[in-house]
Amino acid sequence: MGMGGGTLTIPILTLALGIGQKAAQAVNLISFVPMAVVTVAIHCKNRLIDIGAMIKVVIPALAACVVGALIAPALSSRALSIGFGIFLIILGAAQSIVAIKNKLKKSKPERICKCGGSYNCFVLDYCDKEYFN
Amino acid sequence: MKADALSKKKKLTALCTIAASVAAGCVNGLFGGGGGMLVVPIFTVLLSLEVKKAHATAVAAILPMSVVSAIIYIVKGCVEWNITYSVGGGVIAGGVIGALLLKKVNNFLLSMVFYLIMIAAGVKMLIG
Repeated sequence: MGMGGGTLTIPILTLALGIGQKAAQAVNLISFVPMAVVTVAIHCKNRLIDIGAMIKVVIPALAACVVGALIAPALSSRALSIGFGIFLIILGAAQSIVAIKNKLKKSKPERICKCGGSYNCFVLDYCDKEYFN
Repeated sequence: MKADALSKKKKLTALCTIAASVAAGCVNGLFGGGGGMLVVPIFTVLLSLEVKKAHATAVAAILPMSVVSAIIYIVKGCVEWNITYSVGGGVIAGGVIGALLLKKVNNFLLSMVFYLIMIAAGVKMLIG
């Protein structure tokens, strides 16, 4: 519960239900807040939130967010839809590449060296094969 | 010399963090969502948080942005309340069901389906 909801909710609302882009964005924002409050409370309890890192990101992001939110109502729904479409394509493609790369990385058997280190295949050239399990 | 290189690297990381945070904030304000997908890599790649902590901190970082954006959208009259009430309930229920199902499904397959839907939806939104 938390990430990526908007990238799916907004297209469903606009493409499947025919709701305007601006109204769909507003629905997504408003419905995200109660879900996020519950999620953050649970993560807080489990000590999973890094306050220092969060502050580093929130200050510049929040300033930019206010500017973006003030510009959005002035734009047409079509312009916002095109912008969001481009964002989805770039993000979807980039995330797919990262997921496939990670999957391929994980499928390679890891070789553990008896000398104590953990090496991947290309370090093998520098090490005597006998040292590997 | 080594300390100099280290301080340069720190400065570069700080600069990249600010630039990426500004981009995430812009996206979240302008499009009403999607900022979280950009914030997670900031925490994992630039600020070296482990994945679980990065996701948790990302939700906490997006929350104030969503609250402020929602207030601006309400004030500017972009909200259609009848749609928000009927669809918002479904979105919240979907979020809870998704969270419960998360551990029971194949992560890679689910991610790939999710990304392909994103790309297809993006193309459809682009061509109208």
